[in-house]
Amino acid sequence: MITKSRLQIPRASARPGEKPDFSYLDVSPAGSKDKPDRDARTRDIEHLSNGLIRVLDDDHRAKGPWNPNFDATELQVGLRWMVLNRVFDERMWQIQRQGRISFYMQALGEEAVSIAQGMALRPGDMCFPSYRNQGLFMYRGVSLVEMMCQCLSNTRDMCLGRQLPIMYHSKSGNVFSISGNLGTQYPHAVGWAMASAIKGEDHIAASWVGDGTTSEADFHHALTFAAIYQAPVILNVVNNQWAISSFQGTAAGERRAFAARGLGLGIPGLRVDGNDFLAVYSATLWAAERARRGRGPTLIELVTYRGGAHSTSDDPTKYRPKDEWATFPLGDPIERLKQFMIAEGHWSDAKHESLVDELRTDVTVAWKEAQKFGTMTEEPWLDPATMFDDVYAEVPGHLKAQRRRMLEIEGDK
Amino acid sequence: MARMNMIEAIRSAHDVVMDRDPSVVVLGEDVGYFGGVFRCTDGLQRKYGEHRVIDAPISEGGIIGAAIGMGVNGLRPVAEIQFADYIYPGFDQIVSELARLRYRSGGEFFSPVTIRTPCGGGIRGGQTHSQSPEAMFTHVSGIKVVMPSNPYDAKGLLISSIESDDPVIFFEPKRIYNGPFDGDPEKPAVSWGSHAKGEVPDGHYTVPLGMADVALEGDELTIVTYGTLVHVAIAAAKETGVACEVIDVRTLAPLDIATLATSVKKTGRCLVAHEATRFGGYGAELAATIQKECFYHLEAPISRVAGWDTPYPHAFEWQYFPGLKRMSAGIRKVMEAG
Repeated sequence: MITKSRLQIPRASARPGEKPDFSYLDVSPAGSKDKPDRDARTRDIEHLSNGLIRVLDDDHRAKGPWNPNFDATELQVGLRWMVLNRVFDERMWQIQRQGRISFYMQALGEEAVSIAQGMALRPGDMCFPSYRNQGLFMYRGVSLVEMMCQCLSNTRDMCLGRQLPIMYHSKSGNVFSISGNLGTQYPHAVGWAMASAIKGEDHIAASWVGDGTTSEADFHHALTFAAIYQAPVILNVVNNQWAISSFQGTAAGERRAFAARGLGLGIPGLRVDGNDFLAVYSATLWAAERARRGRGPTLIELVTYRGGAHSTSDDPTKYRPKDEWATFPLGDPIERLKQFMIAEGHWSDAKHESLVDELRTDVTVAWKEAQKFGTMTEEPWLDPATMFDDVYAEVPGHLKAQRRRMLEIEGDK
Repeated sequence: MARMNMIEAIRSAHDVVMDRDPSVVVLGEDVGYFGGVFRCTDGLQRKYGEHRVIDAPISEGGIIGAAIGMGVNGLRPVAEIQFADYIYPGFDQIVSELARLRYRSGGEFFSPVTIRTPCGGGIRGGQTHSQSPEAMFTHVSGIKVVMPSNPYDAKGLLISSIESDDPVIFFEPKRIYNGPFDGDPEKPAVSWGSHAKGEVPDGHYTVPLGMADVALEGDELTIVTYGTLVHVAIAAAKETGVACEVIDVRTLAPLDIATLATSVKKTGRCLVAHEATRFGGYGAELAATIQKECFYHLEAPISRVAGWDTPYPHAFEWQYFPGLKRMSAGIRKVMEAG
């Protein structure tokens, strides 16, 4: 019997050199979770924050009430965007390793999140992404060249050279500017959704954070506001198991599922197989319709795995087993959708290979094009005088003076 | 004596105080198993255990708030905030709680927290990994603010900070973690290997808080600066051929006014320099103080070299960063005036 208080220090189930162990993951069989009415009361659907909403089974069949029953074209659209996300990341990672961009972050293994959720939302819905949502920008119409130009901070960079690579935005695509600070976008999404309701519009907002960011105060601010005002917003937690070197237990993921974080406030939670394209789509559509019908926010936990490093700045072999992803019970979202499509007779290995080749070629062509607008080492370069623009709506006197001084000093070779 | 870079010196400071004082605990994001994203706490968890080197959730407000509570209960916490750019969620805890606890409780409660955080630019980190927010903290009464410029000072000042019963914010200029930087990005990187201040005793020693250092002696112009720009100032003195006296402030609050005043009274000219934005910056405090102390000795107006008053841009790092060119131009300007 314990007679003294003692700290419980969360421990990762496996560290380098140890055998990966995902026994902590609560995985339900595909098709086993019911799909409630969109107007269901939170108290009646609390059970959906445990277990896992899944459609794609291990035998590559789609099962249960959450199956969106996609036709062959819809499936191919989804697969194509996920593969594009992956081959784009693969190439940009290499480009960073060659020293041609300063930084990069991949979405390896998490592509279903951005693509399936992007497809489930309407174009007028506003997205407040995290830094691993590049698929969302692609799906919402940002071209590969534009994305590459942002990473290059070149003359066609949408951020005008002011942001680190991958901190995209798309005003026309309704995707908010990525901050770099964690979780700050979550309350913004709630406020945007509140404004939509105040204005009497039926657009909703959606936002994404990782498991680690649920510890930030902004996460809790957002939930509180969303619950009080029943804001039409989808709050997503992408639980990819790792926040740099900290496993999800460091964010109290072992105590209770992230999907249950809103229950105390009356926000329903859906815990979803984040690598199951069909389940992610359906759960998101359910939450979107619920929000549009005035039933308020939904918290969706997408259980996935960060297949690569956190960013180009860390080496994951220092803090987790090398082969951990290979043993992740929910597999790889692209492979799972592909196998399902093959089983359905909509796809083949040969078609898949030629799709990958085609998209790799698109990425290569885009990279050639993007470099024409400048790189870190080759002109053209942005004019440094623009550094002083957009600090305010109009450049104030002291910044005009600093701009003159900067040009004087830089011109004095 | 050992050769250490700043990371090793900071790690050694932790090791020395943790070994001597079981009440010292470390907490922060990725500081335990991984040893910190800059490796400043590498090996400490293995040596001192998971109860003394704690991997914290991503919650800067939580890290600082919890550290305050630990400090109130007799521990001596060292909290790492992964980048100074990420300290703001903890701002309320620092300003409203940590800084004022002793005062508002009539001296009965205090919390000896040290907050370590990497700051500054020059690493292509863009607006979220390059900031120098020291002036936001020097403006708050009740906290000490420190920024070392070399491994020897880093270790000695960090030990003093941890051992201090006052809360300290300890800024680590990350550009010079691995070697001094003279502000010219075209030159090859230099290590601490051959630098005099890269020699660091293995054991316990302190560099007292509240004392500036004369990093370079000269009699024509005083450059008052700290952090990375100490090295830029020394290089600019060489480049311009002006006999500059470079003062490394080291402890920004409380400020060692005497060392500054002695130097400026000798040289009659003063340039104040920091990476942080100029407007409302710490340089304004330095200039006002020096003006008051040395007005009748000044032969020219005090001038400032600082970051431009914009967020830190990614593409224009070297037009933004007050490097060698800007420092030299600043020196010439003060020498030509008056």
